[in-house]
Amino acid sequence: MALKKYFPIFVMPTLIAFLIAFAVPFVLGLYLSFTEFTTVVDAEWVGIENYLKAFSNDDFLNALWFTVKFTVVSVITINVIAFTLALILTKGLKGTNLFRTVFFMPNLIGGIVLGYIWQLIINGVLNFAGVTITYDPKYGFWGLVILMNWQLIGYMMVIYIAGIQNIPSDLQDASKVDGANRLQTLRNVTIPLVMPSITICLFLTITNSFKLFDQNLALTAGAPSKQTAMLALDIYNTFYSRIGWEGVGQAKAVIFFVIVAAISFVQLALTRKKEVEQ
Amino acid sequence: MKKIFAVLLCIPFVFAFAACSGKKPDTSDAAKAGTVYFLNFKPEIADVYKEIAQKYKEETGVEVKVVTAASNTYETTLKSEIAKKDAPTIFQINGPVGFQSWSRYCLDLSDTKLYSYLTDKSLAVKNSDGVFGIPYVVEGYGIIYNNAIMKKYFALKDKAVSISSADDIKSFETLNAVVTDMTKHKKELGIDGVFASTSMGSGEQWRWTTHLANVPIYYEMKEKGEDSTILSTLNAKDIDFTYSENFKKVFDMYVNNSVTDKGLLSGKTVDNSMAEFALGKAAMVQNGNWAWSQIADVSGNVVKAEDVRYLPIYMGIEGEEKQGICIGTENYLAINKNAPEKDRQASIAFLEWLFSSETGKDYVVNKLKFISPFNTFKDDEKPEDPLAKEIFRWMEKDVNNLEWTFNSFPSQQFKDDFGNAMLEYVQGSKDWQHVKNTFKNSWKSERK
Repeated sequence: MALKKYFPIFVMPTLIAFLIAFAVPFVLGLYLSFTEFTTVVDAEWVGIENYLKAFSNDDFLNALWFTVKFTVVSVITINVIAFTLALILTKGLKGTNLFRTVFFMPNLIGGIVLGYIWQLIINGVLNFAGVTITYDPKYGFWGLVILMNWQLIGYMMVIYIAGIQNIPSDLQDASKVDGANRLQTLRNVTIPLVMPSITICLFLTITNSFKLFDQNLALTAGAPSKQTAMLALDIYNTFYSRIGWEGVGQAKAVIFFVIVAAISFVQLALTRKKEVEQ
Repeated sequence: MKKIFAVLLCIPFVFAFAACSGKKPDTSDAAKAGTVYFLNFKPEIADVYKEIAQKYKEETGVEVKVVTAASNTYETTLKSEIAKKDAPTIFQINGPVGFQSWSRYCLDLSDTKLYSYLTDKSLAVKNSDGVFGIPYVVEGYGIIYNNAIMKKYFALKDKAVSISSADDIKSFETLNAVVTDMTKHKKELGIDGVFASTSMGSGEQWRWTTHLANVPIYYEMKEKGEDSTILSTLNAKDIDFTYSENFKKVFDMYVNNSVTDKGLLSGKTVDNSMAEFALGKAAMVQNGNWAWSQIADVSGNVVKAEDVRYLPIYMGIEGEEKQGICIGTENYLAINKNAPEKDRQASIAFLEWLFSSETGKDYVVNKLKFISPFNTFKDDEKPEDPLAKEIFRWMEKDVNNLEWTFNSFPSQQFKDDFGNAMLEYVQGSKDWQHVKNTFKNSWKSERK
């Protein structure tokens, strides 16, 4: 009874915030993707023309392919490295807390700032070869991967550490008694039991990599010739730098949303299945 | 622990609501007389506009709100601001192409005094339905050079050219000979390169994609024989880029005689190159009169005001001995058609006050440092900075100063495509043909 009475008080703030910050813009955005407009209040209905335009344009498909490659590479590297670090830092080594803090810190810096810092660093290194990061799309690609790793490893590591610490020590002791070596313990005890953490980490890294924008803008801005532009940046450029293409930008954004949502659901479903009850 | 967490979660909402309820509508007398909301394009003079707004309120009681869009974000800011209930009443379009995207918002200004003040009515953005954009500043660009360094060069005994002053440079051939020879003597001249860095960073390529490309397109359009190259360019569905080789020669000259190595140019910004010029590391830089404040503000600046001059951008095109610098504008004021009537009137009154009253003009000349295209300004009411003076000198010369044809380039996307292709050319991964093709193809696809 008490819960029912206070229900609106607890839910209202969140609900209002959700409506203002998500539901309304989302519906409006969906509507705008079927229109031609300059500002959000003067839209004219054009049907699916924007979607056709979005797909008839090479930039969008190139950006999609680049994003997919980037996501695959960075998801693997980030999670492998973060998990390894988490294993090492739960062994009770000296200075563990210091290391955890240090690894976590890059995550506290904003994307634009990180992008510019890494641009300076990478250009500084490439300076010896007399070129810059825009010289070859490969440089931009690996630059982005390094940046993303640097930023996300600490965060994922913290999640893995929490997962590993939650494993009851009797299970590990039992496996030791049964004569399992370290690798076997890892594969048959640790990994199954940290599956919830893996689910979260995969979800976070996949969506973050796929939606990457600030870092991309600050590090390469798509140079050379949009070859390192990811989806979000391509949408931004379509929206703001072409006259009469605002609707197409919006259509691309809707497609983008569908892709991200689909990937995340599939991934969640797959990893959830692997989670075990303790 | 849970309680603390819950409290923490609530904090953002408190702030959000506080922020939403912060602004109360203005109900004073001034609001009844109409208010002005000016969305300013030029960040470098944002403070002056604030001062003007203050002054105007003291004189007339009318509230003027000035908001400045950060550098390179004007279109973004305008798009979101103008959709609001409290939309800008005065905004800026960048010429006929800008008018295409904002035509639904531009008020016909043909009956205003502001339009009647224009010395040359053809400068305004208009069509058969009326006048929609009024230029408020005239600007000029070319190759800015530091005469102190040039004098040093011409005094050298083993110089390879026969002329003895930068005033004698009247063609690309001479210019190129001087520049190449100066590069050979750069140690004696105390410079790192003749030209300041050709900034190729993202968002920093406009000096080449618009200003430099203006010259070949101007000539190409001129040959088609129409009066206004701006209009004929706006109507051009295709472009031949006839003078692409000439463009390439100048661009190569900038890059090969630069302070910075080719491969590193993509890290350079316009600010970098203006600083190099101001510190005397370079003798020349392509830019316009707005850059004077940038040059003067660099600490350790060694360039003296009396040494700063313009050279036209010569490209080796026939008849260029008579070519002047590029003079025009891409700053046009427009009034928001959808604003309430009294706000529109107040906005027009504010602009008329700014460009015709004594107080307003004083701000325009001495603080904003605009060369105004209005007949309300007398001959002695002109800005005093050296590059502005240079523009007057070129206007009075018996030369053909070029229009700003680039106002009609198709879109930002076109400029970006072109700039990206140039970057690839500079870095050596693509050849010039690629730049030329990109220019033509992107023009075609961006011009609908």
